[in-house]
Amino acid sequence: MGNSLYGPLDDPATDAGFTEAPPRMGFFTDTSVCIGCKACEVACKEWNAVPEDGFNLLGQSYDNTGGLSANSWRHVAFVEQPAPAHVDALTEAGTQFLGMPLSDLPGRVTDAPRTDFRWLMMSNVCKHCTHAGCLDVCPTGALFRTEFGTVVVQDDICNGCGYCISGCPYGVIDRREDDGRAWKCTLCYDRIGDGLTPACAKACPTESIQFGELDELRTRAAERVAKLHEDGVTEARLYGNDPDDGVGGDGAFFLLLDEPEVYGLPPDPHVPTRDLVKMWKKAGLAALSMVATAVVVFAGRSK
Amino acid sequence: MQDLANADCIVIQGSNMAEAHPVGFQWVVEAKKRGAKVIHVDPRFTRTSALAHSYVPVRAGADIAFLGGVINYILSNEKDFREYVLAYTNASMIVSDRFQDTEDLDGLFSGFNPETNTYDGASWMYSGCEDSGRSHTQAHADRETAAGLEYESHGASVPGDLPQDPTLQNPRCVYQILKRHYARYTPEVVERVCGVPQEQFLEVCEAWTANSGRERTTALVYSVGWTQHSVGVQYIRTGAIVQLLLGNMGRPGGGVMALRGHASIQGSTDIPTLFNLLPGYLPMPHYTHHPTFAKWVDGMRNPGQKGFWSNAESYAASFLKAYFGDAATAENDWGYGWMPRLTGDHGTYQQVLDMIDGKIKGYFLLGQNPAVGSAHGRAQRLGMANLDWLVVRDLYMIESATFWKNGPEIATGEITTEQCKTEVFFMPAASHAEKEGTFTQTQRMLQWREKAVDPPGDARSELWFFYHLGRRIRERLAGSTLPRDRGVQALTWDYPVIGERGDEPDAEAVLKEINGYDLTSGQLLSTFGQMKPDGSTSGGCWIYTGVFADGVNQAARRKPGREQNYVAGEWGWAWPANRRILYNRASADPEGNPWSERKRYVWWDAQKDEWAGEDVPDFEKKKPPSYRPPEGAVGVAAISGDDAFIMQADGKGWLFAPIGLIDGPMPTHYEPAESPMRNPLYGQQANPTRKVYNRPDNPTNPSPPEQHSEVFPYVFSTSRLTEHHTAGGMSRQLAYLSELQPEMFVEVSPELAAERGLEHLGWAHIITARAAIEAKVLVTERLVPLRIEGRRVHQLWMPYHWGGEGLVTGDSANDLFGIVLDPNVLIQESKVGTCDIQPGRRPTGPDLLRYVQGYLDRAGLGPDHHPPIVTARDTDDGE
Repeated sequence: MGNSLYGPLDDPATDAGFTEAPPRMGFFTDTSVCIGCKACEVACKEWNAVPEDGFNLLGQSYDNTGGLSANSWRHVAFVEQPAPAHVDALTEAGTQFLGMPLSDLPGRVTDAPRTDFRWLMMSNVCKHCTHAGCLDVCPTGALFRTEFGTVVVQDDICNGCGYCISGCPYGVIDRREDDGRAWKCTLCYDRIGDGLTPACAKACPTESIQFGELDELRTRAAERVAKLHEDGVTEARLYGNDPDDGVGGDGAFFLLLDEPEVYGLPPDPHVPTRDLVKMWKKAGLAALSMVATAVVVFAGRSK
Repeated sequence: MQDLANADCIVIQGSNMAEAHPVGFQWVVEAKKRGAKVIHVDPRFTRTSALAHSYVPVRAGADIAFLGGVINYILSNEKDFREYVLAYTNASMIVSDRFQDTEDLDGLFSGFNPETNTYDGASWMYSGCEDSGRSHTQAHADRETAAGLEYESHGASVPGDLPQDPTLQNPRCVYQILKRHYARYTPEVVERVCGVPQEQFLEVCEAWTANSGRERTTALVYSVGWTQHSVGVQYIRTGAIVQLLLGNMGRPGGGVMALRGHASIQGSTDIPTLFNLLPGYLPMPHYTHHPTFAKWVDGMRNPGQKGFWSNAESYAASFLKAYFGDAATAENDWGYGWMPRLTGDHGTYQQVLDMIDGKIKGYFLLGQNPAVGSAHGRAQRLGMANLDWLVVRDLYMIESATFWKNGPEIATGEITTEQCKTEVFFMPAASHAEKEGTFTQTQRMLQWREKAVDPPGDARSELWFFYHLGRRIRERLAGSTLPRDRGVQALTWDYPVIGERGDEPDAEAVLKEINGYDLTSGQLLSTFGQMKPDGSTSGGCWIYTGVFADGVNQAARRKPGREQNYVAGEWGWAWPANRRILYNRASADPEGNPWSERKRYVWWDAQKDEWAGEDVPDFEKKKPPSYRPPEGAVGVAAISGDDAFIMQADGKGWLFAPIGLIDGPMPTHYEPAESPMRNPLYGQQANPTRKVYNRPDNPTNPSPPEQHSEVFPYVFSTSRLTEHHTAGGMSRQLAYLSELQPEMFVEVSPELAAERGLEHLGWAHIITARAAIEAKVLVTERLVPLRIEGRRVHQLWMPYHWGGEGLVTGDSANDLFGIVLDPNVLIQESKVGTCDIQPGRRPTGPDLLRYVQGYLDRAGLGPDHHPPIVTARDTDDGE
């Protein structure tokens, strides 16, 4: 069922040609214990020498980063959710709700299974997809699959064509304005090769960001969800953990407390190459029918 | 701190722990993972609330009413841990029949003197020892010198054998007095005063009590949201009473966790940067109270008293030996005469006012930025602008180093650069990664850290600065014959210098001096029990003795937690004696057995005839639970085998404090010095003993019963963001932090925004009697208006990190506060005040002063107008 373009894949590193690749490594970001301290953002920038991203008060709750970009490889989203009963009163008062410009997004509807105000925080990052759209479209080979199954851009090879930007189903990879090249999280390739934990996970004080072997993280995440459900947190769910999803599962996946859209994540991302076989099949079919038509035409004439 | 993980319930109040102590918060997260319930009580929904199971919004400044309600719930439902309360607290003690409560006197306790606004504490004492109470003259001197702080570890003078009623039925016993005092703090009253709905309040009470007792423990966490009030000490007392009643003190997963405000601020209380204390909580000598060494020592040990302070002479003599070495002899009282003396209030706020008045000429400023970080920023800057010289040691050119050219008073014309006479010397300082030494963190733990890199350029460590400053001063004074210079000449100042430059004092040598030596053998001491009063031992801070036990730097230990028991006593070193939980004798019952297997911690091992446990027992190792002191015993020998609170004069945890607090033996609800409402409980509006500075440059917004409180109709509070460090000196200069919170802002509820016409991300300005500052508006439902006494009370909140220097700049929230202090420890009330807020930017230049003056005029605040202190209808004259 699985293939290099779409669907579950045992090991993307082996698929990419590595022999005796080490286990696939990844992040499990458990947003239920995130305190929004942004230590991950700072640690990432310190280690990777990522430039500052502008001094702008965005008014999106405590998020003044805005999103993942060439200059922000970790981004902590803050979502303020009113108690459902309060929504109508607010709409009436004509006030705008921080971080959530519309009133009918998931998790904000009046029949949501909550009674309390909530402040959700989530540290977002590159997903290091099993089928990485950015990598698949890169014409220079600047983007490559590492032996750990992660996806890294080589800044000395990138020519700034920008195909990867439209290839990413999550809107993660981005070009830096002043040098034109594409930048994103490397999952601290230079650290994990030395047996070190990536900077963000190392700095996280509450183990919201966990780094490890992907298989082990998936088991741990499933147990965590079960525990939360047992504790009555029924809204806990995983995002990006499923090898059957549109990108073959993420190397960096999440535990969320609401619908992905609430955090600004696409609900059903898929890699552009998912449609490649279908597209080629259709193109092939079209070609075949053209040939057939021609054959019929010529055959008809020969009578 | 780490022990929070063992709690079954954690109540966080007066603290935004996740935001201000994110690293420590991991233990709350761990407790939550293990099944603990987490409750956050706060005026504002914060990052801590986001992780709590329950968030309870409360009016800023009403915490005593809330906790008083918890006490009432415990007592009226008999939910106290009775065996613990009987054995380890003073519940059964009989109080003087002269005692009268605030419930009888409209908000005042008996003994109030309206002349000095202090109490004569005689009637607060236990029955039969009224003579040991503090007179109001003493109380006045205590307030001037923040002497309450000394009792933090001293306990106080109380005789050993006192009348008790173990049945707790005597109407004058502490238990019954407490019950009567808090009877009025019903859930309805809590709702009226705090704005907390009754069902929410009862949910907290039920969780707290259900998770306390033999099998379970609840931890209480607070930080400066409790301390920085004109009744700050009493806030904490109320929390302590709850924890004592529920039997949570001295037990794993219990206790009261005071989260300190800065890295190593615990260290700077232990080895103090405070005017009234010497290392190890020895009091700074007072010129009349402590004329001689003997009087000074007696002031600590109170002859005849029981407990470990009876050894105070050994600590005091060893301390002076560390200061003066061979020059300290029995004949000269170990050099006691060379020590400086207190003559009154020399606290930081009095100093600033003295600078404005020209009484202080020079000032050293290290590790703080009062131009931004202290209350009444304008007074801070005007004071510093009126010195002859000012030395600022910091990492960057902070606002306190540039007020003379860039401060807000330049624009208003109050400071003119050319005429500002202060000569500022800026000395670049080494950061924590650029020097070695110890941090003493909030859990009393010393951790040694290495130097990672050399400081750049001329930057030097504090140790370097003071060592060489002292060396040069001593060289200057070497030939002096003036008696006043004798102390400086006699100081031991012989630290070895090391490092590439060969001029860096050896920090380990300093830590060894603090630890102390046996001067006869030259060996380092291992415990303060080895200290002697005869001059044969030294030790710079008795509670730190043992940090170099066995000649090893114990603070440098880094044995991983997985290689030792869960208390992890081999990571760093905690004072005293590497004990991680204080008063842990209370984790066992009076017979010495753990209260329960689940909460087993320290116990009497009958086989070995000694105390054993997971931690270092906080009790004499060989004293059995059955030990009873012989007739007439004093000091340590007078501590009974079941007296768990060994530093207290009666060995008991105090539900009722007969001595030691200036504002009363029990906490009671007073409104903050600035409040939009009348005290719903008593005629007495605010703390009658609060420390005020009545000066034209320190006006206070009017509060009921005064008129015009509507001019400043809103309640405001200030605190921190994770992204910035206090006054910004260490964060507004760094791009990676500045970009995360780039602008000064004010948080308001949608309802207040609608009421005042404030727009999200638009400008607003906030006005008090001291200042008007501007900020961007964040409209957020994390703030909710509260219903108090039938009216809607709006609260707004600001971070206080901004000033005029750095990559990101803005107005300083601390400019809004005036100077009103808690009487016990002289901390400022900077967590609550009243204000107005208006849309748009504030005026600039001299117009700003006129604008604020307009508010003063409307509020009736002439230069000589000051709020009344006593507003109770029946004042007791102390007779």
